[in-house]
Amino acid sequence: MADAYSTSEMMTVAAARRLRNGAACFVGIGLPSTAANLARLTHAPRVSLIYESGTIGAKPAVLPLSIGDGELATSADTVVSTPEIFRYYLQGGRIDVGFLGAAQIDRFANINTTVIGAYRKPKTRLPGAGGAPEIAALAGEVLIIMQQSARSLVEKLDFVTSAGFLDGGDARERAGLPGKGPVAVITDLCIFEPDPKTRELTVASIHPGVERAAIEAATGWRVRYVSRVRTTDPPSAAELGTLRDLLLRTAAAHGTAGDGKPSSD
Amino acid sequence: MSHIVSLRQAIAENVHDGDTLALEGFTHLIPFAAGHEVIRQQRRNLSLVRMTPDLIYDQMIGMGCATRLTFSWGGNPGVGSLYRFRDAIENDWPHPLQIEERSHADIASAYVAGAANLPFSVMRGYTGSDLPKYNDRIRFITCPFTQERLAATPSIRPDVTIIHAQKADRQGNVLLWGILGVQKEAALAARRVVVTVEEIVDELRAPANACVLPQWVISAVALVPGGAFPSYALGYYERDNRFYKAWNGIARERDTFMQWMQRHILQTADFAEFRRTLAGSAPEEPHS
Repeated sequence: MADAYSTSEMMTVAAARRLRNGAACFVGIGLPSTAANLARLTHAPRVSLIYESGTIGAKPAVLPLSIGDGELATSADTVVSTPEIFRYYLQGGRIDVGFLGAAQIDRFANINTTVIGAYRKPKTRLPGAGGAPEIAALAGEVLIIMQQSARSLVEKLDFVTSAGFLDGGDARERAGLPGKGPVAVITDLCIFEPDPKTRELTVASIHPGVERAAIEAATGWRVRYVSRVRTTDPPSAAELGTLRDLLLRTAAAHGTAGDGKPSSD
Repeated sequence: MSHIVSLRQAIAENVHDGDTLALEGFTHLIPFAAGHEVIRQQRRNLSLVRMTPDLIYDQMIGMGCATRLTFSWGGNPGVGSLYRFRDAIENDWPHPLQIEERSHADIASAYVAGAANLPFSVMRGYTGSDLPKYNDRIRFITCPFTQERLAATPSIRPDVTIIHAQKADRQGNVLLWGILGVQKEAALAARRVVVTVEEIVDELRAPANACVLPQWVISAVALVPGGAFPSYALGYYERDNRFYKAWNGIARERDTFMQWMQRHILQTADFAEFRRTLAGSAPEEPHS
């Protein structure tokens, strides 16, 4: 029997499990980086973690605070330039999985990391695209990890930064996007997967103890479920122990929780 | 021809009002000292280019150096927002900032095209993204051989590129290593190149395939130990994550930002004095 765990730990563990051993994975900073490194330290020791700073096969002992921490470079198999990582590796079709976070997504897993409000007069200016549009387009498949709320899972995005399934159905294929697109959105409440036909994000697995009403209250569209919804396996003692050790090492190294958020403001 | 000069002279001779200026360095080797000197010399109407504006462009934008910004990710890495960048975009403070927003892959490719003396870059990108709706310099072309639809964007050819590197030799050849970002491409795409370095040595002793910029592509080299602080220089010092976190509190409000810039940049003669004033001021937050 595993210890008590937080919803955030459940999310990270559930996301880590989706990353298969041996995959070449292009990793975003923050939650994706935490989950991908947990995968590397548990079931996927041969995963190759690639950060857009050009570090290939990074094996950081502590989680990076920035996308270009020295730890990523010194622990990597090699470090290549930014043009090389994007042109030869990503555009060249050598990335199996893109692991992304998102400020907002819609029901077709399109991602907004650009603005809330009008582009030319934004209510809130977000950091912008970074590498995400091409990762979402060109990686073999995409995993998305994010905290779920009615403000982050919305009916309509103010801005589509990176494409998921666009308007749904076969819109992604018709647009000529080479990668399969998002195969799972892992939140602190559940796991969404795209419906095979409509491509709408549909609840496939619910984390233990989470009520459907809680998922529906934290989703901006009318939630659909697969016909046989699974219950997510709770984190094992090994998964939890590895994750907590990683976060403790990270906090000791740079005074943060290591998930991209400072431990104190 | 490269020559080794003071940073003050390098900026005075190479960076002019109205220039298109790129300071590159992808989290690593960000040329902070050079950016500070541009602020001290009060350059105006600059068109800034940088993949990740980071704190250095937050400072330059907040001090009114720029009227235009080309970028792909404008956040404080690992911390959150760049408040001066946001204030310029959201509230036109200290004056309007025209933005040209692109993706990382695009800007990297656009520097490659610039270095290769080509007018535009071609890539597989932007399909399904709204960015082309708001940036009319992102266009699509048809491949003349395969009829595939590809994104085309203008190459980036700065008037001046400034980078920070680990070493130069006495002739002004420059060696950098670790996370290299787009520095080589940004340098070779520019008309003039300024490099600040951690140290100047008799011989670089660079391995055959190392990233070396030959002295004859560089306009000026300046010795500025620590010149990438608060970012880092692999092999010399680590990223100062505390400073990045503290910047959040400094830059959030206009007056605390202006006071900080007055005290630490405008009223200091150079980077060494800046570092001394910083060491002398109370830490912005306790080390946790």
